[in-house]
Amino acid sequence: MSFAQSGAEVVLRLDQITKRFGRLVANDAISLTLHKGEVLALLGENGAGKTTLMNILFGHYLADEGSVTVFGQPLPAGQPKAALAAGIGMVHQHFTLADQLTVLENITLGTKSLWSLGRGRAAALAKVQALSRDFGLAVAPMARIADLSVGERQRVEILKALYRDARILILDEPTAVLTPQEAEALFQTLRLATARGLSVIFISHKLHEVMGHSDTCVVLRHGRVVGQVATRDTDRRALAALMVGAEMTEATVAPGVPGPVRLSLTGVRAGALRDLTLELRAGTITGLAGVSGNGQAALADLIGGALGPEAGEMRVDGAPVAQWTPRAAIAAGVGRIPEDRHKTGTVADFTLAENAVLETYAQRFARLGFIDWAAVRAHTVALIAGYDVRCPGPEARIRLLSGGNMQKLILGRVMEETPGILIANQPVRGLDVGAIAYVHSRLVAARDAGAAVLLISEDLDEVMGLADVIHVISEGRLSPAFPRGALSQAELGLWMAGQGFAHAA
Amino acid sequence: MRLEPVANPTLLRQLGLPALALGATVLVAMALALLAGANPLAVLGQIVTGAVGSRFAVLETLNRATPLIFTGLAVAVAFRAKLWNIGAEAQLYAGAIIAVLLGTGALGAPFVLPVSAVVALLAGAMLLLVPVLLKVRLGVDEVVTTLLLNFIMALFVSYLLEGPLKDPMGMGWPKSAALIPEARLPRMVEGLRLHWGFGLALIAAGIVWVIHTRTTLGFEMRAVGANIRAARFAGMPVTAVLVKTALLSGGLAALAGWSEVAGAKGHLSLDLSPGFGYTGIIVAMLALLHPLGVVVTALFVAGVFVGADAMSRAAGVPTYIADMLLAVALLFMVLAIALTKVRVVRG
Amino acid sequence: MGQQVIEILISASFWAAVLRIASPLIFATMGELICERAGVLNLGIEGIMVIGAFAGWMAVYLGLPLWGGVAVAFGAGALFGLLHGVLVVPFGLSQHVVGLGVTLLATATAYFAYRLALPQVTSPPKIVPFQVWEVPVLSDIPLLGPALFAQTPLTYAAFACAGLVAYVLYRTPLGLALRAAGENPAALEAQGVSVTGVRIGAVMVGSGLMAVGGSFLTLSAFSSFFFEMVNGRGWICIALVVFGAWRPGKAVLGALLFAGFDALQIRLQQTPMGAVVPYQLFLMLPYVFSILALVVMSRRAQVPAALMVPYTKGER
Repeated sequence: MSFAQSGAEVVLRLDQITKRFGRLVANDAISLTLHKGEVLALLGENGAGKTTLMNILFGHYLADEGSVTVFGQPLPAGQPKAALAAGIGMVHQHFTLADQLTVLENITLGTKSLWSLGRGRAAALAKVQALSRDFGLAVAPMARIADLSVGERQRVEILKALYRDARILILDEPTAVLTPQEAEALFQTLRLATARGLSVIFISHKLHEVMGHSDTCVVLRHGRVVGQVATRDTDRRALAALMVGAEMTEATVAPGVPGPVRLSLTGVRAGALRDLTLELRAGTITGLAGVSGNGQAALADLIGGALGPEAGEMRVDGAPVAQWTPRAAIAAGVGRIPEDRHKTGTVADFTLAENAVLETYAQRFARLGFIDWAAVRAHTVALIAGYDVRCPGPEARIRLLSGGNMQKLILGRVMEETPGILIANQPVRGLDVGAIAYVHSRLVAARDAGAAVLLISEDLDEVMGLADVIHVISEGRLSPAFPRGALSQAELGLWMAGQGFAHAA
Repeated sequence: MRLEPVANPTLLRQLGLPALALGATVLVAMALALLAGANPLAVLGQIVTGAVGSRFAVLETLNRATPLIFTGLAVAVAFRAKLWNIGAEAQLYAGAIIAVLLGTGALGAPFVLPVSAVVALLAGAMLLLVPVLLKVRLGVDEVVTTLLLNFIMALFVSYLLEGPLKDPMGMGWPKSAALIPEARLPRMVEGLRLHWGFGLALIAAGIVWVIHTRTTLGFEMRAVGANIRAARFAGMPVTAVLVKTALLSGGLAALAGWSEVAGAKGHLSLDLSPGFGYTGIIVAMLALLHPLGVVVTALFVAGVFVGADAMSRAAGVPTYIADMLLAVALLFMVLAIALTKVRVVRG
Repeated sequence: MGQQVIEILISASFWAAVLRIASPLIFATMGELICERAGVLNLGIEGIMVIGAFAGWMAVYLGLPLWGGVAVAFGAGALFGLLHGVLVVPFGLSQHVVGLGVTLLATATAYFAYRLALPQVTSPPKIVPFQVWEVPVLSDIPLLGPALFAQTPLTYAAFACAGLVAYVLYRTPLGLALRAAGENPAALEAQGVSVTGVRIGAVMVGSGLMAVGGSFLTLSAFSSFFFEMVNGRGWICIALVVFGAWRPGKAVLGALLFAGFDALQIRLQQTPMGAVVPYQLFLMLPYVFSILALVVMSRRAQVPAALMVPYTKGER
């Protein structure tokens, strides 16, 4: 029996929601219904319109057409306050917590009239403690957010919603930042919530979660609802097909042919990294799995030259490195695809041409301190053609490009230098399916051309699909190297949670 | 209400909005004139004729523009790299002090002019180096340190003019001795009261423009200013770039003081600069930090000051109207520029 | 010299001067602190102090009571704060550039209006400023009494203002919202509070306090308005906010320390030392002290995370 037939009270109804950004139709006449006690999974690829829809519901965007009804009342559009007052609580993918404030302060923020003279701290504290007990959300109310783990922060976000007596919880990609075990605890909490009559929408693109923890699935593709089914009546294959638009083919990448060691780290300490030992071999993709914030950034910085080793030895092509800077790393043949292409990968106000030579202008395009712009332009034109960058031309500002095209330019900038070592940090985050496939194929091509590739990703499926060798990083420590297919997803999850590491330093 | 980026602003938008900003400034000028009980159109007319209405007026405007081109360039160079040098006033006086130290007999022709120019440039550079080193080494915000140095420098100049550099023939006024004739900048054209400082300012603008658009250093300065994280990631020597920017910026500002002493005044006094260092910020911002644009806006700003002086004498509207108008123009202009890139939409 | 310094330090008049010199700084520092805690740098402070000094004085000159002058100063400051806030908060313009523009505009406006109102005068007209109000009983305490409790009402108000700011910041929902706006505006917006509203409000109130600080100069310290009378005090207050690590109590301590230096240098000028050392060197001391204070404190301070970061709704 599905919720639709059960006669449970309808708590939320979206009717024909449409939202356009310029010519792009992000949401195309979307309708859905949520019942009391129901867990609804909103499923779709990146860019399918899930987040836009939730932003409309929560009043951050104004829909061009359509209406929202909550507990039988129409919800005024474009007002976050109205959504909160109507009993909708949202847990965003990127937490909206103030780091320097305490848990209690974050939870009570905005819940009392700004003009009241006191904060009513004692009562608030009691309520928070009761809620964390009832819903299994252990967290210290007086702790500063900055001192909490990612999992704890998510609990604060949920407490924030519950504190405001939310009857509907919306979670955007809630497990993206959690270990599989933490995710399990989260779903426990959600079950406690529905048992108390709350309703839940969670957004995901992970099929196993959707199958395991939802009552109803709504699949979005290109801004449209392409399927709404009771979870018990469907299976992973059918959902995947709906999501992607065709039968999903498991992408298989032929294994690489390992060559000599290009980069080795022995007992290296740097930033968040502790006693790290790692080898990157030519012709191999080394995957780095782990929950975000466990030292991935430090490792990328270390190999990329932004961070020098504090202790231990680092060798590139057998020679120990001294004076390790980004420029030294580039000169040593390290190619870097940064995690954040907007903030570190490109200068938004610069042209494509200027961005294309950001790393090489001095070495390859200058004489006596003067830049040869004609050569730069020719180089950029070649990059645009060779890497299929869709853009108005080399003189266009790069801020006008989509994420995928921006990433292709960065990819071209790096690959043109035929790097011996390639660090790809979250190379496909936020890209559409086509761009993802393109980036992956280029990484494999680089590997086959003899590069030692380090693929850093929070998406376990991506790591397991592409990497020849997998390491797990947790709290700055590195697991042993596991050959492809040696460990299951669950086993890797245990390593991600910190189990298996010999001892905490 | 929200702001939405405009991907490809039309030419109309790019030119129309700044024009609107200037138009609004003119309206404010007329309103202020009305407030002062004067005829708005007459006041506008008097400002214009006061600035460019005669040969004398034009030369006065060009002379007034000279230090503003230098300080405007100093600010433009620094702000382009997001180095907030608000201390051009102090650097200006550093250059002026050097002009006096070397120009009152310590050196003779033919070395005195080139040597004092170079030393002045270095002095200004060094003065800005201190706040910049504090910024890059200790994370001390340079806005406040450069601002405070202006006050320290003003006191230092006052000390010099009442002490070591005091003109013994000065009848007790706090001013320096006069420069020797060989240390004075010659006139650009015989018979016209316009010294070579103006020519040097134009040359400086050209050099800065070439640095910005053609050289690796200029590329680095712009990248550091536009996105310091990306610049650092790409391997640019960010600290060195900021230091070089500081040297260039401080040096340019010092040349303003040097050319005022060696060109216009012939001696140093406490009223050498009526805030040229601060006005340089307006000049640079109105020019959108473009080095060649600085020349144009410096002429405009100088014209407003010179014109307002003349108008004030004739119409009795306080001369501070010029400062108000320029501040208003600055605020309108930054708003207009921002609005060429975004539009206000509902929802 | 040590002898002379000690003699100065144990005189009640010295400590009375410290409190007096600190008063305008405390008002303006609290104003800047409120702005920065909400995430907005306000470089308009110097000019806003000038307009406060002028507007407060002008209002009293035209017949308003002294407290009326303070209120007018607050209003004038808030108005320029509104200008700054509207330009930098919803439009996200450079806080540096707009702040400097506001300083230039406010200063020029004060000078223009002064010349317009009093075109003919060469020596500035005077008003009757706030008089010393001795707190009954407390002012009779030896040394402490004349030092702390024989001040003008505006000085008492300055300290009360700092206490009020601290209370609001740490003990009320408004203060919590303000701090959140400066730490993570998205967190505030997600809880249904308008970041734009909180920030503009903070900048207006903060600017009002800066202007009241300026008005102290004309309504309490002196009895006339002069050009250049603010003389960099605004910039010093920005340094004091950093020195105080964005906390009201520490900022007040910083203001007192600064005022102590200032009062000391004035008195040292009158000692035999003053005859040898040029007076300009003494006058430099407070500015040098401010720079040193910045150098010492810059590393340790916890800067509000969203200071100078414009916030756009729906962007994360």
